[in-house]
Amino acid sequence: MNGGHDLGGMHGFGPVDIERDEPVFHHEWERRAFAITLAAGFLGKWNIDQSRFAREQMPPAEYLATTYYEHWLFGLEKLLHDQDLVSRDEVAARLLGRVGAARPVADARKLKVEDVEPALRRSRASKADEDVAPRYRVGDRVLTRNIHPLGHTRLPRYARGKRGVVAIDHGVWVFPDTAGNGLGRKPQHCYSVRFEARELWGDAATSRDAIYIDLWDDHLEPA
Amino acid sequence: MSHDHEHGHHHHHHDDDDDVQEHRKHGAPLSEVELRVRALESLLVDKGLVEPAALDALIDTYETKVGPRNGARIVARAWVDEAFRARLLEDGTSAVAEHGFVGRQSEKLVVVENTPSVHNMVVCTLCSCYPWAVLGLPPVWYKSAPYRSRAVIDPRGVLSELGVNVPTDTEVRVWDSTAEIRYMVLPERPAGTERLSEDQLADLVTRDAMIGVARVAPSGGR
Repeated sequence: MNGGHDLGGMHGFGPVDIERDEPVFHHEWERRAFAITLAAGFLGKWNIDQSRFAREQMPPAEYLATTYYEHWLFGLEKLLHDQDLVSRDEVAARLLGRVGAARPVADARKLKVEDVEPALRRSRASKADEDVAPRYRVGDRVLTRNIHPLGHTRLPRYARGKRGVVAIDHGVWVFPDTAGNGLGRKPQHCYSVRFEARELWGDAATSRDAIYIDLWDDHLEPA
Repeated sequence: MSHDHEHGHHHHHHDDDDDVQEHRKHGAPLSEVELRVRALESLLVDKGLVEPAALDALIDTYETKVGPRNGARIVARAWVDEAFRARLLEDGTSAVAEHGFVGRQSEKLVVVENTPSVHNMVVCTLCSCYPWAVLGLPPVWYKSAPYRSRAVIDPRGVLSELGVNVPTDTEVRVWDSTAEIRYMVLPERPAGTERLSEDQLADLVTRDAMIGVARVAPSGGR
């Protein structure tokens, strides 16, 4: 979707401000938002692409006015509601101080403390084992599709309808543009595609520079 | 929201947290986002969907165990061990796994090498993908709109503001992490460090150099 998250090439946000000796978290609520999001992900009720798509559906004006962990919180609330695990009404009731009995969830695959380390080590979200033939080889010229889907896509707006060259074949991966929309894994090759800066940004860009974007077979056509 | 109005004490394990201290001092109410997180966490616990001890373990992992020191050790090894450097550039995932650095947000790691002729930098314009296993959680600036918007359209401008002036005959390559492949930059080893040990070299390597927005200084520093 052409949401507030798709920032590549936008102007007006000002300088990049690097904080010296930055802490990992700036507030206690960020720690909690981080941890409940990760832990809830291990319930197995949604995939990483669906979690990204949930955050992307934050209204653009709100997305741009809030911080990273607020995006996470928005996405988590949406996923929990959509999966019928925690309804918006239940959250609203707790916010009003009504600590009623929580509607239990049967057969939840809860992440246990002893499983945290092994779960993080073996975490494998998207690499696919299927043997799928690549449509392109390194060095092939490709043209990205000019698509504007309402659903999730990993083809950024700034790189649609652009010509590039396949630089690396990363092997077979789950396709986020279907998996993120609940439409299946559709495993296929993912490539790092090289775009000359001038192809993306016009003649004012430096002729020597290039942008590499990871794209899947279904994003590409021969050029 | 301003920092002044955030006061969290969601969890008894973090009573020494700055926010809690501030909250106690001023007695101000919790912000809306703090209340929402607290409500959600309590519901998830009551419903048996998350285990409090697991939450603390997740936080502890990324706050104290996994961080950019992991990546710095990899860089230092690559600088002193030519065979390791070759393996790292050929297959980053396997080479860092030799050091035990595997896992979430690093299913496949590609290491790109800065040289006098090529300067690499990494961004994720669509969200904030970052190689957690070697660099930990991303800093705020990496997740921010200024970096995500500008890194791809004006990389030299961003680099110049951050004090990295790339010569016009050096190619700038920007890696937009739009998939589950993660990128880390192998920075150039600074001149004058020939006598340093591997550990001393690792101390010079900064997080920002491994994202590609800083050079490694011969005397360290961030």
